[in-house]
This record gives sequence, C-alpha cells and structure tokens, in this order.
Amino acid sequence: MRSANRPMPEDHGDREGAWETIVRGLRLNPELRVGLAGTLALALVATAGRAIVPIAVQQTIDSGLGGAEGGVDLGAILRFVLGAFVAVVITAIASGAMNERLATVVETALSNLRVRAFRHIHDLSMLHQATHQRGQLVARVTTDIDEISRFMSWGGINLITSAGQLTVAAVVMFVYSWQLTLVVLASFVPFAMAARWFQTRLTRTYTIVRQRVGALLAVLAETVVGAPVVRAYGIEERTQRRLDERIEAHRKAAVHAGTLSSSFSGTGEVFAAIGTALAVISGVLLGVDGQVTEGTVVAFLFLITLFVEPVQMATEVINEGQTAVAGWRRVLDILDIPPDVADPEDGREIPPGPIGIRFREVGFRYPRPGESAAESSGPKVLHDIEVDIEPKTRVAIVGETGSGKTTFAKLLTRLMDPTEGAVEVNGVPLDEVAFSSLRDRIVMVPQEGMLFEGTILDNVAMGLTEDLDTFDDRGELLEPVELAFLELGLADWLDELPDHLETEVGARGTALSAGERQLVALARAYVANPDLLVLDEATSAVDPATEVRLQRALVGLTRGRTTVSIAHRLSTAESAELVLVFDEGRIVERGVHEDLVERGGVYSRLHESWRTGQAAA
Amino acid sequence: MSDAESLLRRGVRVVRVALTNAPKQFTFGGLGAALYAGMTILASVVLGWVTDEVIIPSFAAGDYEWGSLWLAAGAIVGVAVLKGAGVVGRRLGAYAAQYGLQAKFRRRVTRKYLELPIEWHRRHSTGELMSNANADIESAFFIAAPLPMSLAATTMLVITAILLIVTDPVLAAIGFTVGPAIGFVNWYFSRRMRHAATLAQQARADVSEVAHESFDAAIVVKTMGREAAETTRFRGESEDLRDKMIEFARLRARFDPLMEALPNTAILLVLLGGAWRVQGGFLTAGEVVQFAYLFRLVALPMRVFGWLLGEMPRAIVGHERVESVLAASGGMAYGSASGAGSGGASASLEGVGYRHPATRREGLVGTPRPSADGEPDRDTTRGIEAVDLEVEPGRTVAVVGPTGAGKSTISSLMVRLFDPDTGRITFDGRELHDLDRDELARHVTIVFQEPFIFDDTVRDNITLGEDFTDEEIREAARLAAADGFVSALSEGYDTRVGERGASLSGGQRQRIALARALIRKPRLLVLDDATSSVDPAVEAEILANLRSTDMPSTVIIVAYRRGSIALADEVVFVQEGTVKARGSHDELLVSTPAYENLVTAYEADREQPTSDAMP
Repeated sequence: MRSANRPMPEDHGDREGAWETIVRGLRLNPELRVGLAGTLALALVATAGRAIVPIAVQQTIDSGLGGAEGGVDLGAILRFVLGAFVAVVITAIASGAMNERLATVVETALSNLRVRAFRHIHDLSMLHQATHQRGQLVARVTTDIDEISRFMSWGGINLITSAGQLTVAAVVMFVYSWQLTLVVLASFVPFAMAARWFQTRLTRTYTIVRQRVGALLAVLAETVVGAPVVRAYGIEERTQRRLDERIEAHRKAAVHAGTLSSSFSGTGEVFAAIGTALAVISGVLLGVDGQVTEGTVVAFLFLITLFVEPVQMATEVINEGQTAVAGWRRVLDILDIPPDVADPEDGREIPPGPIGIRFREVGFRYPRPGESAAESSGPKVLHDIEVDIEPKTRVAIVGETGSGKTTFAKLLTRLMDPTEGAVEVNGVPLDEVAFSSLRDRIVMVPQEGMLFEGTILDNVAMGLTEDLDTFDDRGELLEPVELAFLELGLADWLDELPDHLETEVGARGTALSAGERQLVALARAYVANPDLLVLDEATSAVDPATEVRLQRALVGLTRGRTTVSIAHRLSTAESAELVLVFDEGRIVERGVHEDLVERGGVYSRLHESWRTGQAAA
Repeated sequence: MSDAESLLRRGVRVVRVALTNAPKQFTFGGLGAALYAGMTILASVVLGWVTDEVIIPSFAAGDYEWGSLWLAAGAIVGVAVLKGAGVVGRRLGAYAAQYGLQAKFRRRVTRKYLELPIEWHRRHSTGELMSNANADIESAFFIAAPLPMSLAATTMLVITAILLIVTDPVLAAIGFTVGPAIGFVNWYFSRRMRHAATLAQQARADVSEVAHESFDAAIVVKTMGREAAETTRFRGESEDLRDKMIEFARLRARFDPLMEALPNTAILLVLLGGAWRVQGGFLTAGEVVQFAYLFRLVALPMRVFGWLLGEMPRAIVGHERVESVLAASGGMAYGSASGAGSGGASASLEGVGYRHPATRREGLVGTPRPSADGEPDRDTTRGIEAVDLEVEPGRTVAVVGPTGAGKSTISSLMVRLFDPDTGRITFDGRELHDLDRDELARHVTIVFQEPFIFDDTVRDNITLGEDFTDEEIREAARLAAADGFVSALSEGYDTRVGERGASLSGGQRQRIALARALIRKPRLLVLDDATSSVDPAVEAEILANLRSTDMPSTVIIVAYRRGSIALADEVVFVQEGTVKARGSHDELLVSTPAYENLVTAYEADREQPTSDAMP
C-alpha cells in the first residue's frame, strides 16, 4: 500500500497551451485528418452558401422589385428565388454531409485512441498503475475521451466552418480591394492582442474552475459513500458546511470565468465596429481618389461581419473547450509514458521442469514523481536481496506491513524490474524471458479474487487459454475446469451454486462473497498449471466455512510446485520449507519455522504476537 | 402524439423553474439581450444611414467632409459599444443564472441526501447519486445559457409578427407557415435523437464498467498475460459506443441544417409571395422590402429557439431526476430525550423484525414507484425476525453467525441507521426513537467493517471536527492500536491520508475508524466486524484495551475470529435471521453443534495443511 500515497506525477499539462495540445493530439491520431480535405471543401460550400442567401435576397429586391421602375418583374423574381432556394438546399446538404463526415472521423479516431490508451495502461508496469489511482486510469479511457468527443461534436464543426468562412471572406475581400483588406486586417492587430490577453487569463481561470469541480466532487462522494458514517456520527451539519463551501467556491470561480468570457465577446463587437468604421473612412478617402468604387465599400461593410464572426467563434470554441483540451492532454500524457517493463525481443523460454529462483544483489527504489522507472531515486525499499530457491520448495515470506514482502513478489513475477541486481529463473535472467513463457509458467494469485463479468467457467477457463473464442465447444473446457474443482476439494461448493459452473459472478465478481471469489481465483491458477506459484494470502477474515475450503484448496494447488506465499497468517510459515523474514527492505532471517523460533529474533517476535492473538480463544 | 405535447409542457416547467429560481440574473440577462437585440437593429439602420448619407454623397460629389466621416465612424463604434455592453450583460446574466441555479440545486439535493434515511441511500447506487448532484443538475440548467437570448428573441418575434400582420396578413400567413414546419421537424427528430442519446449513454456505461473491472484486476491481467484478450473485449465495447455516437451524429447532421434552412426558405417564400401581392396591388415594393428585412431579423430568434429546443430533452431528463430526489420522502423523526448517564447503557431488542427493501437498487426515474404508502416492497428472504436480545450495562456481547444470518442488520438497528418493521429497540430503558438526534449520535456509536476515511488529516478523521484535546486523540488512537503507526507517518496526526484513506492499509483504516468511535466514549459501542483486516495479534490487543481501561461502554461485537469472540462476556448465535442460542462461548460449544461447527472450522483446518487434506 505504501506506494499509493506517493504524489501524482506532475500535471505538466496546464503549462501547455490549448493549441499545442490540439496539435500534439492530431499528430498522434492521424485518423483525425482522414478525408479532411473533403470535409473542408464541404465546409467551404456550406459557409459560402450561408453568405449567398442574404446576397440573393438583396439582389432579388434590387433587380426584381425595386430595379424596374414601377413594375414588378415576376419572372426575374421567380428565377432569383429558385436560384436562392437551390443554394439553400445545397448549403443544407453540404453542412449535413460535413457534420456527418466529421462525426464519423472523430468518433472512429477517438474509439481507437480509447483502445490504444486502454492497452497502453495495461502495458505500463504496476509501478505506474499504483501511482495513478485506479479511478483516474479509468477516467483516461472514459470521461476524458467523452469530453473530447463532446467538444469535437460542436467545437470541431465550428472550428472548421470558421476556418472556411474566414478563408471565403478573406479571398472575397482581396478580390474586391486589397487596400481595404489591409486596412481591415491592420485593425485586427489590437484585437488579436486582446485575444491573447484574454486567452491567458481564461486558461488560468478555467483551470481553477476544474480544480473546484474536482474538490466539489470529492466532498460529494464522501457524502454519498459515507452516508452511514455521517448518520451514525451525527455530522450532517459539518458535512453540509463542507459541501456548501465547495459549491459556493465552484460557483464563484465559474461566474468569474463567465465574466471574462463575456467581456471578451463584448470586446469583439467593439473591435469589429472599429474595423468597419476604418473601412468606411478609408473607403471614402480611396474612393474620392478613384481607387475603389462605391459598390466595393458597401460590400465591405457586409464582408467585415463575415470576417469577424469566425474569429470570435474560434476563440470562443477554444475557451469553452478548455475542459476537453485538458482531458485530451491527460490522455496524451499517459500515452507518453514509455512501458518500462516490456516483452523482450527474441525472448527466451524458461527451461522446462520445476522452477528454481535466484535473486542476485537485488535492490529496488520507487521513482519520485516525474521520474521514469530507470531514473528512480526514491527511498530504497529493498536492499541487497540475495536468495536461492530450489525447485519445488514451499517458501513463506513473512514481515510487517511495508517490510518489502509485496515488492519482492512483484519483482519475482516481473510486474516490476529491479533497480539493481537481477532475478533469474532456472538460470535465465527474468527480463530476457519471453512474456508468453513467463505468463505460462509463473502465475500469481492476488489477495483479492479479481474476477471478470461472466460465468465461473469463463473465469476459470482464462487460466487455460488466452482466447476463449477460439474454443468452438465450451464442453471442451468443462472437463478440465470441473476436474480442477474436484481436485481442489471444491466440488461440494460448486454443487451448492444455482447454475453450477455457469453461475454468473457479476461485474468484478460481486455476486460472490470475497472468500468465494478467492476460491475461483485458486481454481483459475490450478488449471493454468504453473511451475511457480506466487500467492498473496488474503488478510480479511472470511466466513469460517469458506475459510476451511480455502485452506483445503491451497493444499491441492501448491502440491508439487515451487510456491512463494506472502504469509499473513503464520500457520503458513509453520509448515513452509523455507521462511524468508523481511524487515525494512532486507531479508533479516531465513530458515525453517522451528529454527527461527529458537533464534529469538524478528520471526520469533512476530510469531509470538500472532500466537497470542490466536490463543486468546 | 401525447409524448410531444407533454414534452412541451415538461419543457415549459423546466423553464419556469429556472426563471423563478434566478429572477435577478435572468432580468439582468434579459435586459442585456434586449439591448443587444435593439442595437443589432440600430446597427443596420446606422449602416444604411452611413451608406445613404455619407458614402454615396461623397462618391457623387467626388469630395468628402471630415465632419461627417467622423460622425459616421463615431455612430458605428458608439452603437457597437452599446451592443457589446448588451452582449456582456446578456451572457453575464446567463452565466450567473446557470451557475447560481446549479449551486442552489446542489445545496438542495445534498441537503436532501443528508436528510433521507439510510434505507433510501442503499436503494441507489453511488454513481447514480453522484451524477444526480453533478451531471443531472448541469444538464437541467444548460438551458439557462440560451434563455436570456430567447426571452429577447420572443419579444422581437412578437413585435415583428404584429408589424407583419398589420402590414399584410396574407403575406404574414405565408411567412409563418415555417412555424409549424419547425415544430414538426423538431418533434420528429427530438424523439429519435433522445432515443439515440439514451443508447449511447448505455454504451458509455458499458465501456466504463469494462475499464473499471479490467484495471481493478490489472494484476491478474498481467500475470495471466491477458492484455490482448482484455483489449479485444474493450475494443468491442468501445466500437459499440462509437457506432451509437455516429448514429446520433447522423440524426443531428440532418436536424441542424434543416433548422437553418427552414427560416431561409421562409424568407424566399415571403419574397415570392410579396411579388405576387405587389402585382395584385395589395402592397408596394417598399413594403415588401421592409417585410423581407423584418423577416431576416426573425430568422435569428428562430435559430435560438432551435438551440433551446435541442437542449430541452436533456434538460427535462436532468431536471426530472433532480426533482424526484427532492420529492423523495422519508427522513427520520427524532424525539427529544437525552441519552446521558453514567457508564455503559443497557440495550435491548424485543421481538424485532426487519426486512430489507426488495430491490437494492432502483433508478431515480422510470422504475416502479414505491407502493401507495411510500414504502418499497420488502424482500421476504433477507432480514431478521422476532429477535430478542438484552444487553446489560457494561457488558461485552459477541454476535456470531454465518454470512447472511442478519448480524449487520442487528448492528444497524441498534444504532438506528434504520427503524425496525416490528418490535421495540431500547437504549437505557428508553425507546431508541425517542432520543434526540445529537444525543443518539453522541452516546450510540457504530464502527463498520468497511471503514470510511475522509480526505483529511488523521486528526480530523478521528475528531470529525469536534473539539478534542491532543491527549484525548492520542489516547483514543492508543486504545485502537493506531498511535504507533500514526506517529510514524511523515507528519504524524497531521498527515493527510488521501481520498478514502488511500495511503493507508485496510487494517490501518479500520484502526482509525475505531479511534474515531472510542474518542466519543459512547455508552453503547457496536463493532460490526470492525477489525477484520487487522492482524489477529493487534486485534487481540485492541479488544484487551477495550476491556481493561475505563471505557464506559457496553460493547456489541460482530466477529468471525475466535480470539475476538472469546473476549465477550456472552455470545449470541444468530442463524437465518433469528437468535438460535446464547450463553458463554464454552456453553455454546457444548450446547449448540451449529455454533461449534462454525467457530471451530478455522481451528480444525489449521491442523490439516501437513496432512492430506482431500476429503
């Protein structure tokens, strides 16, 4: 557990700007650029169409109604209206097609990103999985990516149409008059500076809003999950006070961000007007000089609006998209962590036969926040571990919480690599062993049962095969699995279950009790038939009837294999062939139970206090 | 279809709730929006004036006057400043309303959470209650953002409509055919989009569940080399979600452009109809121009309405989920009696029966409502029946029994986490429900098997904000065998323990939870398997501490381990929801074979590992 309180790796995120993240994300997800040209072309059509409708209306009025003195040219109007209607339809189709294309591309890319992040998290060593709390890892492949999806579904579309509109407006403006275009562009320089000013502040403010949301959710979770404690200890008022504080803090931060964002929109209006005013003045000056026509100046008044809109929109999209961008950044940061325990190229097989283990001057330190496993400079939790375990030995690892027992087991199963020294199995360095061989021959049974949604059969059969789908006939699995339960003395337990092997265990096995989950986990290890078994004994007290079954199954499971048990109950140590006693990261004593008791050291103390607890009965 | 009708009515209700709960903010935002709308119209008037009075004359004359140029520029910028102020006012009002409403309803919902009985909490999942106070409230009040603009738009729409009808009712009728068309399109799509969104939401939950399960079992995934198989499983869920999202986007890709095209089509219809009316001599060309201009102004509010309507289904669902929590009834009535007294209190259960609610989980909306009396159906298989139990002051009583026998139910009833269906529960001779709420909390305390640790310091986790001296804190921790490891933490009692006490081991968390109970010196202390993760040796130390010091408590202890049971003055053996036997440990060993089997199981087993354990 001690690794869990190490601080989180620094969120280098918020120093990176929104644009940088988006660029990094696009580089990592090239699928996002698939068919971008086509989508952009559609965006151009859609935005051009949006401009054409008001122009067509203007034209109709000018030439059909007002143009011909006195009479109404119904034919001309019909032609204009029909033409405009066709433009409206084309615009709608283009923008619909653009939306659909974009959504398809985005959702496909995000689904791939989700799967890639999921796989990557599994490829990271236990080191990182412990550092990042589980819930946060889940958030990386769920809510964070959902945020990106939500953002892309409106922000992405708006960014693209804005880009399209900006291009159309700029091109048309240049065609009409390059001089006036330069004037307009120049008038936007102060606006761009203001935008930067706001952008910096908004990024900061939204970061605060996000932190306050997190703080609010934390207290909320305490209120909901801890409801019985709140009730039993009568701390409703204190809890409500904490909630109210955080609710109010969040509201204040959010309104502050809203104020900034609103002011920015207002500023945009004023700068657009300044641009228009400058265009009017310079238009008249240039016009009198004969350089532009009256029509050009009038058209410019309209074009400026078309030009301002997308600039404002794009900035707003980025402001509102801060949360999504932050989520994206977190996903990318996870993907940036290199897997530190990797399957070696041309990995070797563990030589066949029972497994012997050798630790040679093994030391281990956890990395400090931000460090990779290789640069670890945290406090040393294992020192100079030198041990030789003969094949088929039953070994018990004993020591207090934090003495290094679990770290030892993790190194033995290569869930992590040592920072110093080497671990060898049957003479082969563990980091040269191919994962396929490693996972085949060495199996660990964790403290908690850890089951997956499905039936008991599904869960146990995992030990038999990598891919259940390759078995056409579930019956093929039935026999070895049933045999496993029989040989572990669990047949009677199985018979008590409503659907026997096909009993559903529920998500995470929650339909079974903790002890029963453990039983299934033991059967799973049994069918895997490993040559080295690493057991982390469960600490929680379970129903005595299940306890008996557990002990019985353990005997069946460990028979004839090299077994390393992290012993929480010293009865395991009493019957072990070798006891390794850990204290402050060192093996301080080794031998068999009787000798160790006689020696009167750490072990005899531990054993004595454990016996007092037992003997109280 | 009545669905659409009621949808509209429900939508109106959400809007009304929003408006009445943030009237100031919406007034401010509405005024801002009105200013914005007015200035938008004025801006086009100003541009027209600049064109007619400044640009055209200058070109005609081939000369210009600085005066009128400055005036034109000033007018354009001046109007824009006012318009900008309108934008700021409108958006600020909307933000203030949106976040104000969120905060207001969060306070209401969380107050309700704290007030509703534990039974209610147990019927709802954590995730559901979390999202209710968070995501549901957010989606309910997203509509606050477009609301001020919609208010202003409504005003514009009404004014324009009147102007149009006065000018020419026939042409107005042609133009407004677009109204029903928008209504139809909205009705047609919103149902389908809502359905698609629900499916996507479900798929999203599945993705999350698989990720949770898989990461929780990371050690198994690794040591069994199941990374690829797990990735395949996850990809299946992820691609399902992708398809559902694309399906939703496809609907949206039809809906949005239609909502934009319809008002544009209306303008074209007005032009066509206008020309026809002019030819017929009912209107002048100038009037048609004015008409078309007004109609373009109306197109904007129509788009805002499209947006508001688009947000509406989500807002309705969110709001109704919030409402159903606020409407939930229950909450416990407390008496006013004091629980004070010296030493441990007596406690008793007399003919107590309790059935757990049948469905452990129910949704907030759309699940069968509880029956008429407001009580959910009861599970007839789980709970306790006719339990009699007296505990004399200062005694320690162990409650022992197999899993599911009703031990935790008895524990919860004794501290009044919920009330029994039948029978009486007393504390110091008084009925438990006559006790004042604070008195109950002060004198009757429970420690749960699953310790709940707050994201706070160790000290605060023990005191829970009440005033205790450092000595008292250390003493309580010492009794709970926590002083040792707490002192070894980097900042001792001021060490923050992280969310849910993540930096502590299970046994350490249990010991802190125990210290939290002990410092209160309760007159009745219930330990519901509260030391299950503690080393047996440490557990024995704790229990010895409880007995040896001047702890003035009566103790009820639920436990599995023999060591804990043996420390009790008396043992109550519970099976299948009733008390089967009681007496001292040794007596029960002799008199009750079921008890003997249960408690000696572990013992018997310890002798087996060396022999052949096969049955």
